[in-house]
Amino acid sequence: MNDQQTKVLVLRVLFYLLVVVILVFNLFPFLYALLSSFRPSNDLFSTDLWPKALGLDHYQAVFKDARFVGSLLNSVIVAGSTVLISLALGSLCAYALGRLPFRFKGPVLYLVLTMTMFPQISVLSGLFVMLKALNLFNTRQGLVVTYLIFTMPFTIWVMTQYFRSLPKELEEAAYVDGASPLTVFWQILLPLTMPGLVSTGLLAFIAAWNEFLFALTFTVTDTMKTVPVVISQFSGTSSFEQPWGSIMAASMVVTIPLVILVMIFQYRIVAGLTAGAVKG
Amino acid sequence: MAREIDLLERQKRLAWYLIVPAVFVVFLVIGYPLIQVLVYSFMKYKLDGVTPPSFAGIDNYLFIFSDSDFWHAVWITLIFTFFSVTIESVLGLTVALVANSKFKGRTFLRVAILIPWAIPTVVSSQIWRWMFNDIYGVVNVILANLHIIPHKLAWLATPATALPVIIAVDVWKTTPFMSLLLLAGLQLIPADLYEAASIDGATGIRKFFSVTLPLVTPTLLVALIFRTLDALRVFDIFYIMVGGQGNMATVAVYNQQQLIAFLDAGVGSATSVVILIFIMIFVVLYTRFSKTSFE
Repeated sequence: MNDQQTKVLVLRVLFYLLVVVILVFNLFPFLYALLSSFRPSNDLFSTDLWPKALGLDHYQAVFKDARFVGSLLNSVIVAGSTVLISLALGSLCAYALGRLPFRFKGPVLYLVLTMTMFPQISVLSGLFVMLKALNLFNTRQGLVVTYLIFTMPFTIWVMTQYFRSLPKELEEAAYVDGASPLTVFWQILLPLTMPGLVSTGLLAFIAAWNEFLFALTFTVTDTMKTVPVVISQFSGTSSFEQPWGSIMAASMVVTIPLVILVMIFQYRIVAGLTAGAVKG
Repeated sequence: MAREIDLLERQKRLAWYLIVPAVFVVFLVIGYPLIQVLVYSFMKYKLDGVTPPSFAGIDNYLFIFSDSDFWHAVWITLIFTFFSVTIESVLGLTVALVANSKFKGRTFLRVAILIPWAIPTVVSSQIWRWMFNDIYGVVNVILANLHIIPHKLAWLATPATALPVIIAVDVWKTTPFMSLLLLAGLQLIPADLYEAASIDGATGIRKFFSVTLPLVTPTLLVALIFRTLDALRVFDIFYIMVGGQGNMATVAVYNQQQLIAFLDAGVGSATSVVILIFIMIFVVLYTRFSKTSFE
């Protein structure tokens, strides 16, 4: 083996070493939590690194916990409704901004982009008082309304980019045949933006599912709390050590569906994320 | 001809009908509360339901600016933002370069780096809190077994060790986003530039500094500003990892506590306004750098 070949080999080994380091760094915390969730308490609270026993105790415990199960349902309802409302209103608005003649298009788009970066914390007290006044404080509907703050501007922005990217000829042919603008939207453009709707819908769902600040501030009773709030407040029945096994099991229950979604829709998610941030 | 004008009119009218509901909703959830926040910030406004709100001038702002807790929160937020964004950029670029090269298992790597991003922040904070648990946490057990630390540390009990752990959680969670943006930027670099550089006899390192880095810089800037905006308003990680400890609050935690713990909408709103002004400066920078077309 000559010097050149040795150098190539060494670089190759170093490269794969880097790949392994990246994989371990990204996956270890998740896998460690997954493993912890299967270790019965007496095994979990030992300083052995490797488990001596595995079981479903913690999963049984969290699914018997009415607070946790209720919060799962709340999260599904809140995140689901938020996504449906943002997609419905957002894609109609995006069609107008991306496809129809409209005088204030520039300023409106600029405003929408600015809104996608709007810090939620800035309207916390305003929303608090508003929700109280509308009798929406401590309700799922109230949470849905506040979640539109971050899902609507994002949906409008990304969907506008999708509508813009479609070729002009498609609708021209339909207009020649006498179709109305709304028919063009329903029958020609909307089906073509399906991939965009899936991307934005998924990203909006993940954002709403993971939201913490509003859920923590605008709900007080256990029956209205969403999953992140309940996981942040898990406390043991008697011991002063936190019920780490249950916390990890509950964490896995809310995370694994997301991980599966990410694996299936990896390409679409990446497309949506980058469309929201770099393209324009 | 008449038909075309008719169509244009119909399109214009439809545009209004479609835009108005969305704009109305956005105004309801952002515009209206924002105006309220501005108004409250100049009022003495307790949420106890007893004291009626009254005009207070700039008292709330004077209170915040003379409150050492606020300045401490600003300091913690800035340190957190600086370190997490810097480390994320370096790691993000490294991961993006690796994910952009051709090798077996590239698809697997691209999926794997998305996992920390998809995990809810509350969950990742809890996972890391467990990893850094003082008695049973994997980090303490490994470090103590290897005799790297003389005795197990209560990592999250003091700011000196808690802040690095918190930064690590944020780096873990958001490096994927950084890598994905940078990967998209790398994929835009035309392959013939590298070929031309090879013909000129450039080495790998030379190619990185004279082709890759300059061409990926615009994307890097956008990603940097994007992440900075996020880091400046950090709430979840600090709230979960160190609770409401006064010596470890960020401005967002400080703000939420003014409102919920002290029921003071006046001071809370004034804090919000200060945060908003600060963040808006970065938003303007972002829209300048991103070269987005609005027409």
